[in-house]
Amino acid sequence: MVVSDSPQEATDPRQELDRTVVIIGARNPWRDLGLSELWSHRELMFFFVWRDLKVRYRQTVFGALWAVMQPVLLMLVFTMSVGRLPGVGPAGVPYPLFAFAGLVPWTLFGSSLGAASNSLVNAEGIITKVYFPRLLVPISACGSYIVDFCVSMVVLALMMLYFGVTPSLAVVWLPLFTIFALVTALGVGIWLAAINVRYRDVKYVTAFMIQAWMFASPVIYTSSLIPKEWQWLYALNPMTGVLNGFRWALMGGPMPDQTILVSVAASLLVLATSLVYFRRTEQTFADVI
Amino acid sequence: MTDNAVIVQGLSKKYQLGVLRAAHGRLGETLWAALTDPLGRKRGEQETEDFWALRDVSFEVPRGSVVGVVGPNGAGKSTLLKILSRITEPTSGRAELHGRVGALLEVGTGFHPELSGRENVLLSGAILGMKRAEILRKFDEIVAFADIGQFIDTPVKRYSSGMKVRLGFAVAAHLEPEVLFIDEVLAVGDLAFQEKCLGKMGEVAKDGRTVIFVSHNMGAITTLCPMSLWLQGGKVMGFGASSEIVPQYVRAFGRDMTTGEVVIEADGRREAQISRVRILSSDGEVTPVGECSNSTTIEMLLDVRRHLPGLYAYMEVRRPDGTVVLMSDSLDTTPNPLDDLPVGMNVITSTIPSRTLAPGKYDVYISLACHTGRDFDVHVPGIVASFRLHDYQSSRGDARPGFFSTLLQWQATELSGGGK
Repeated sequence: MVVSDSPQEATDPRQELDRTVVIIGARNPWRDLGLSELWSHRELMFFFVWRDLKVRYRQTVFGALWAVMQPVLLMLVFTMSVGRLPGVGPAGVPYPLFAFAGLVPWTLFGSSLGAASNSLVNAEGIITKVYFPRLLVPISACGSYIVDFCVSMVVLALMMLYFGVTPSLAVVWLPLFTIFALVTALGVGIWLAAINVRYRDVKYVTAFMIQAWMFASPVIYTSSLIPKEWQWLYALNPMTGVLNGFRWALMGGPMPDQTILVSVAASLLVLATSLVYFRRTEQTFADVI
Repeated sequence: MTDNAVIVQGLSKKYQLGVLRAAHGRLGETLWAALTDPLGRKRGEQETEDFWALRDVSFEVPRGSVVGVVGPNGAGKSTLLKILSRITEPTSGRAELHGRVGALLEVGTGFHPELSGRENVLLSGAILGMKRAEILRKFDEIVAFADIGQFIDTPVKRYSSGMKVRLGFAVAAHLEPEVLFIDEVLAVGDLAFQEKCLGKMGEVAKDGRTVIFVSHNMGAITTLCPMSLWLQGGKVMGFGASSEIVPQYVRAFGRDMTTGEVVIEADGRREAQISRVRILSSDGEVTPVGECSNSTTIEMLLDVRRHLPGLYAYMEVRRPDGTVVLMSDSLDTTPNPLDDLPVGMNVITSTIPSRTLAPGKYDVYISLACHTGRDFDVHVPGIVASFRLHDYQSSRGDARPGFFSTLLQWQATELSGGGK
């Protein structure tokens, strides 16, 4: 018996409508990344983001203002503590503004990473009941923090106005560095999300890791504190590139040199390996979650 | 040229029970095990225990068929649906699905308790595979079907469980895939809503879509599914017309209440006891599914251990909600045939004549008592059997409401002297 794999042969006009053929089998683990399928499910991705936003600020009085509270409070704390030390911030930039311009992209990164790494475990209920590209889950987990980020950016703009700092034309690079932060969060987040399905230890590791990572990145101090000969190693942390670039795009200062390429390469490598690992393990998610 | 919507070839699924346990363990343990036993020799021996949830399952479903999947618990029914709906992957074998696929393995998939009914309709619809435009187009229909009225803007966490189920099913019922998988979702909700869901499924089937439906409700299977797949121990025991498969399956599981045959454990202390109850169709077949136009016989095997003058049997035929539709005892026949039965096994039958009960599901309640001035219970097994009646003869069929299926005589006579 020949199974008609090519619906073009169909004579019944009804069949013209349903050309979709789904093949189920033990698939090749090195198969493609399934990005086109991801694209065809983009509506669902927006629904997930929309749900996260709705749920996060439901039954709160201040709503999305809470998104700004975290970086603002951290900025106040650091201004009154670390900020008093000489040389922590660069010369010519008020420390509060310097710290906040680091904390805003850092919050985007940290929140996205935390949400992404717990996203699959939190979505257990639907993962065991319905099919959709699993990659949607960690990706959309980051989505709602973009909205929080935009709210924080308004506050950052007001602060710049207050301190009289005007961005140069370099500000056009800002979206690129924001995407850079997200790509880094996604790369690490996808790795952790997939491991978390099997080992719940990840949940605890992630929280600690994000905190430690913040002090290993130039969030509240300037990266020029690091000796010149170690800059390349320091740049292996993609967030070094993100934060330096982000501040440069907003407030000028020294233009990122070639060490930023190290950051970009590190970030893309993590993302690429995470996608491969995710695709290799996702077929067992529903069984072990 | 074939026109199959679902082609399953040699599908198998293996679970490793030991590893599954280890997988939920802590990372440290695994790392420690990897360090102390890098080749995994010990682990391989003691921890893995293979369990085949499905083994070499093959079948083909023609486009537009509705197939019921029957089998006892643990037969692999849900695993099959999970593989076909791509939630998990098979260990070996393959399947082909022709057409847009939808799966309904749970009512209210993706519901978030904090969101309102309206928001959850959008969310659940999207998760189940509907496009936004499609959900918006059907929105009013969905809300009307769910029948939750003004609560549509209330957070779902404040809904009663019944409302949640209704809303969840309403969303799912408006999916329009060409191939649909449904897992035992009709087991929830009140009776009226169950009937509504069955009706909706019937509509889906008539639309020419392909449906694979897992259920323990033999009534629903025989009503909705012309074809059945019988799974047991992960293997296919039978595949074909429901009229053949369901009675075979039902016979293999005699203890099941819905199977037409129930064996009751012997209790030596009783003076007499019912040891088996069977539902027989008019041609003597043991089946829980009958027809209004045929008689239905309730057969009891009665084990009499001493002479019991005045013994009689009492029977009620009830609707699933407990309404007694028909009551009869052996005193309805004179002389009472159970009076002073000989010691040993006796077969007692009572026949409900054709066109008595309306189509529907019935439970049979039975008790044995003695009627010798000192009225006492001899054996009260209670509800021992269930059966379902279908009406294939009258034009209204299974849609006939009320308690009876009696066909009344209608007459028309021209009024003499009229019309002058």
